Amino acid sequence: MAGGTGGGETITMSTHESAVQAAHAHAGPQGFIRKWVFSLDHKVIGLQYYFLALVAVFVGMFLSLLMRIHLVWPTVALPLLGDIRPETYLTLVTMHGTIMVFFVLTTAPQGGFGNYFLPIQIGAPDMAFPVLNMLSFWTTFAGFIVMIAAFFVAGGAPLHGWTGYAPLSAVQSTGPGEGLGADLWIISIAIFCIGALMGALNFITTTLDMRAKGMTMMRMPLTVWAWFVTAILGLLAFGVLLSAGILLLMDRNLGTSFYVPLITVNGQLTGHKGGSPLLWQHLFWFFGHPEVYIAILPAMGLASQLLSVFSRKPIFGYKAMVYAILGIGFLGFMVWGHHMFMSGMSPYTAFAFSIMTMGIGVPSAIKTFNWLGTIWGGRIRFDSPMLFAIGFVSLFVSGGISGPFLAQPVLDIQLHDTYFVPGHFHLIMGVASIFGIFAATYYWFPKMFGRMMNESMARWHFWFSFIGTYAIFMPMHYLGMAGMPRRYSQMTEVAYLHNLIPLQKFITYAAFITIAGQLIFLVNLFWSMFKGKKAVDNPWEATTLEWTTATPPPHDNFGGHTPVVHNGPYEYGVPGAPRDYVMQSDPGIEPAH
Amino acid sequence: MASFSTTATIIDSGPPDYGTRLRRARLGLLVALTPVLMLFVSFTSAYVVRQGLPTLDPRTATLVRDWIPVTLPKLLLINTGVLVLSSLFMELARRQVRGEAARESADSIPGVSLGGENKIPWLAMTLVLGVIFLFGQWMAWRQLAASGFYVATTPSSSFVYLLTGTHAVHLLGGVLALCSAGVASLLGLSLTRRSIVVDVTAWYWHFMAGLWVYILCLLEFAS
Repeated sequence: MAGGTGGGETITMSTHESAVQAAHAHAGPQGFIRKWVFSLDHKVIGLQYYFLALVAVFVGMFLSLLMRIHLVWPTVALPLLGDIRPETYLTLVTMHGTIMVFFVLTTAPQGGFGNYFLPIQIGAPDMAFPVLNMLSFWTTFAGFIVMIAAFFVAGGAPLHGWTGYAPLSAVQSTGPGEGLGADLWIISIAIFCIGALMGALNFITTTLDMRAKGMTMMRMPLTVWAWFVTAILGLLAFGVLLSAGILLLMDRNLGTSFYVPLITVNGQLTGHKGGSPLLWQHLFWFFGHPEVYIAILPAMGLASQLLSVFSRKPIFGYKAMVYAILGIGFLGFMVWGHHMFMSGMSPYTAFAFSIMTMGIGVPSAIKTFNWLGTIWGGRIRFDSPMLFAIGFVSLFVSGGISGPFLAQPVLDIQLHDTYFVPGHFHLIMGVASIFGIFAATYYWFPKMFGRMMNESMARWHFWFSFIGTYAIFMPMHYLGMAGMPRRYSQMTEVAYLHNLIPLQKFITYAAFITIAGQLIFLVNLFWSMFKGKKAVDNPWEATTLEWTTATPPPHDNFGGHTPVVHNGPYEYGVPGAPRDYVMQSDPGIEPAH
Repeated sequence: MASFSTTATIIDSGPPDYGTRLRRARLGLLVALTPVLMLFVSFTSAYVVRQGLPTLDPRTATLVRDWIPVTLPKLLLINTGVLVLSSLFMELARRQVRGEAARESADSIPGVSLGGENKIPWLAMTLVLGVIFLFGQWMAWRQLAASGFYVATTPSSSFVYLLTGTHAVHLLGGVLALCSAGVASLLGLSLTRRSIVVDVTAWYWHFMAGLWVYILCLLEFAS
């Protein structure tokens, strides 16, 4: 399909129309509003997503700091919030999780870098539907504004956790924040779903239909494969979350009983009956587990890319990596029940979900093995993108190892409501994905802004983040095994947890230091945009198409031309080649003279 | 010994031709229909699950069923006929505009003519039927309310309002797309662009007609 020019029903356009379109194709808009605000250029839209995620991540981190402070000094009044009540603490938990999962982990890797680089890496001038692409960003932005607005309405933001479990989330009188704040939370997520679906539509159509000549599916960089499969996951998952949200809104506002059984709240019958809280859990986790892979797959693709580039070796087992991405995507839809082992599920059903969950370890292990195979014997360049790629693999393995524990119902029932679970998912889904975002930033910054980031600051940032992450989240596993429950706001006065409080304090100190380390990144990012060393077109000597075009790329990416692809994406150390790499667009081997 | 050339091959990239744009738009539509399908699959799943759930009767402390089947208004059958007919008209409109586009291309070749054009306003007729369908759905809602079935009366009535309402919102999207094609036609805008809009809307419209038949069968036979 790629590169084709005709469908089954070809009708020639008028010459005039062709000429007008040709003139428009290469000229970027000039006005500020059209160029930077309501831009149709996928690169600008990618940057918009990126900076939205940057704002969101600092909001999310701030909330997590407030939580950490309260956990170890519960009587201290917090900035902006004053004295913290248990329900306020739950609000912080809810908003931290929601903002991080939706507006950071889903937004930056896919919406940010995917938007910017997918079309360039396949040799396309833009996304398939630029207007839809713009709408996708502004819809996501609107979702973020609505989410933040929940803090400022009567009752404040909701307290039902990022998973929004019913009936807590389905009845307005269950607590402060469960009134208008919870409605805004649901509406925000519904808006986000619509934006994400528009984005997924563009990613899939662009990948299938706009690849340059010679860019076969099996010549696509693994980053493109990852964005493509992530888009498919989003396409299948966000529609389900949207449906779940509509039912939840109806329960809350129209008196229906999809999720709410006959219950009393504060001694009063709610008027609902017959609904099933488990129905929400099934619908939510049918989205929720693929969401883990929506967050992590782009980072996997990027790690594959970077380990090859900075080891100066072809990726080990390209086809196996592609099939592993597909396998992870497929199995990601089969395992949602492992989030519900506590729900009274039949042991036979739990066993099936457990086996499927264990099964997802196979493609994950293939990827890890191939990453190690890629760097084995390589001439490794320890530049900052490579440091973060290695950091990603480390976090993925460390977080992944605790996965099989939680995949077993008998262990999960013990560990599920303890700190073991936040330790696990923060390592494998949260910070691993964030490391992918950092790696992508350091790697593609020269192409996006035409300047290099400061390498010394990048290294300091890496070590702060890497050591800090382990210092925060590894001890959580021990807290969990020792029986410290999660979601509780105040545990300093609980006798059996008393000996664990010093460890909680250590985590809080580590969080302070690690978040302070992120300021190095922030300074480096903005300083380098204006003062960084000028970048050449291909500073990392990489092979994929984005490094063949100007820096930063022109409006239509290749200046009115389309590259022709002759090689795979990871041609390093090719015998007889004049350099140690062969670009994808190089014609390659010519007959001997 | 083999040698390497590092001079990249590039080709000029012009704007995509009609065929490419049509194929891309159709592919985009196919992808876009997937989450719509997932939305209704989720609702169906919820429908089946909720139907089988008992609830506690606090007076007798026993589990009872609260699923009271709703007698669907006969008007829904008439609405179904209207929508299926509109789908037929939509298909005729799609073929008509495709013929116009082909005629425009052929007319630019000296000595070639494909004859007169079909003047029946299929697109406008589809639009009218689409609006009639939506109005009919609204009237069916009023009939349901008049017979005592509101959105929260019973879980089955909740699903009737949910499924018909969500379908209507999606069909409204198709109506707006038809309006945009009609306005483009009145303003004499690009025929190729209009023909792509009509083509894609037609497939969407057919999908919506099929989806409605499915919803009606679900509500009628699985309640």
